[in-house]
Amino acid sequence: MTKEYKELYVNGETYKTKLCKKFEQKPKWEPVNEKKITAFIPGTIREIYAKSGKEVKKGESLLILEAMKMLNKLKAPFDGKIKSVYVKENQIVTKNFLLLEFE
Amino acid sequence: MGFKETVGDLFKRRKKLEEGGGEKAIEKQIAMGKLTARQRILELLDEGTFQEYDLFIEHEAKDFGMEKKELPGDGVITGTGKISGKPICIYAQDFTVAGGSLGYMHAKKITKIMDHAIKMRVPLIGINDSGGARVQEGVNSLAGYGEIFFRNTKASGVIPQISVILGPCAGGAVYSPALTDFVFVVDNISKMFITGPQVIKTVLGEEISMEELGGAKIHAEMTGNAHFYAKTEKECFDQIKQLVTFIPWNNSRRPLAFPAKEPRVEFDLEKIVPTDSKQPYDVRNVIKAISDDSEFFEVQELWARNIVIGFARINGESVGYVANQPDVLAGVLDVDSSDKAARFIRFCDAFNIPIITLVDLPGYLPGIDQEHAGVIRHGAKMLYSYSEATVPKITVILRKAYGGGYIAMNSRHLGADFVFAWPNAEIAVMGPEGAANIIFKKEIDESADPEKTRQAKIEEYKTKFANPFVAAGKGYIDAVITPNETRKFLVHAIELSINKDVQTPDRKHGIPPF
Repeated sequence: MTKEYKELYVNGETYKTKLCKKFEQKPKWEPVNEKKITAFIPGTIREIYAKSGKEVKKGESLLILEAMKMLNKLKAPFDGKIKSVYVKENQIVTKNFLLLEFE
Repeated sequence: MGFKETVGDLFKRRKKLEEGGGEKAIEKQIAMGKLTARQRILELLDEGTFQEYDLFIEHEAKDFGMEKKELPGDGVITGTGKISGKPICIYAQDFTVAGGSLGYMHAKKITKIMDHAIKMRVPLIGINDSGGARVQEGVNSLAGYGEIFFRNTKASGVIPQISVILGPCAGGAVYSPALTDFVFVVDNISKMFITGPQVIKTVLGEEISMEELGGAKIHAEMTGNAHFYAKTEKECFDQIKQLVTFIPWNNSRRPLAFPAKEPRVEFDLEKIVPTDSKQPYDVRNVIKAISDDSEFFEVQELWARNIVIGFARINGESVGYVANQPDVLAGVLDVDSSDKAARFIRFCDAFNIPIITLVDLPGYLPGIDQEHAGVIRHGAKMLYSYSEATVPKITVILRKAYGGGYIAMNSRHLGADFVFAWPNAEIAVMGPEGAANIIFKKEIDESADPEKTRQAKIEEYKTKFANPFVAAGKGYIDAVITPNETRKFLVHAIELSINKDVQTPDRKHGIPPF
């Protein structure tokens, strides 16, 4: 918790108050970018089929993410061209890690 | 054989088993800064009251060399005793015996003492210090956990259940404490998590210590899993002894009344609370100013500090306080504070403890993170638990009570029995500035001097609505009282509601939003 009093804006008014750790550490929200494919679960990249510059069709496999003993096939959400792939085989990734990006 | 021989033999058998895992294991336990399971029980209970059950239990495992192993008490000590004269059932896992691992007979001992506590209608205390499931016993060990969880749930709301985490408590084992009413943790000793640092490292490549992942501080401050945090085991036992004085033996009794005591005079309400509702203060000082002997026993002190919950006494009777804390996050309701208050309200309701609500909040915390974390669902828990509660419910509005926050904080509309407000209380849909900007938007925008008009309109709104008299005029508030009259009104309300009786329609159970 903060030692000094800070300002907090709630429903039209500004209050003098301390801020707790969890409030200060809250992650900043970012709008979802459909072109960025991120890990939906932490795990290990087992195989990569996508290459930068490659055209893929909707439903085509992009890579395999192994997590909790399951081999998860990540598929292209739409037709498009791969801009870059940010991971290597056997790389361990955390949840929401950016795996690859469409153009 | 005569008694002399058999008694001698009994003492010999007892002595051997009471040593638990033996000298070396005990040395190791002490080196970790921990007491042994037996020492813990003896420290916690009134002197000379511990009566042990099932000391001679033996495990039945036959695989992986287990048939050759002797495990004294099968790694857990169970029995009954008293705390401040109050009878309780207790168990303590013994880490010196096979790491306190939970095998079939170990679990049987625990479920037996749990059944006893439920039948005898006395509180249950579980001291957890265990490496987890005894892997050699396979599914029998899982069965043991399941049967403990089942009893925790059956006993919930019937007898108070207290969990003390004095060592590791990992994997499935965490769910017994999670189902109980109060969880006590001790710095550097308690460790609770579902998957440990080793697994996280292997799967994710992320390194984190046990303390950072699931230490006492984390559960007391970040997760809300723990209710009481102590620096030492001794401090922890003192906290338990204190808690026990505020709660009844079971749900058919009231907590024991103490001799009434006046608050200590150094707390002056009119000095504690600034009249400018944007200025902070520590609401715990208000609680101390109106409670017997100015004593307040706070629950979940470090988590969701924007709401304060805990026990105190009014006129000798145990009460539960729920109070917005203007000192932290302006006292807003949010996901965590709603969750914290709602569970506490349900505890008080289940165990016949009147609830006093102190209101001073600007509303709900705005933010994408709050909305996405489900503040609707979590906030609803408060409405549910207040509305459901049939114990005496008393509300004092100290300053602000805006919007949805006004309703949620045990308003008359949710069934409060007594609602009092201080003369400078502001009961309104929102704060004067926000309200003026909406109601008088056109006038302000079109005025020659918008800022001057805005200030004038804010003042107009303040005089008209930002007071307790509109709500009092509708009977939503029973009385407008001075700060210094608060205690007198509370004492009277508690006296008056001692025989409160509310009939609720039959149902299997409600469906609260959790």
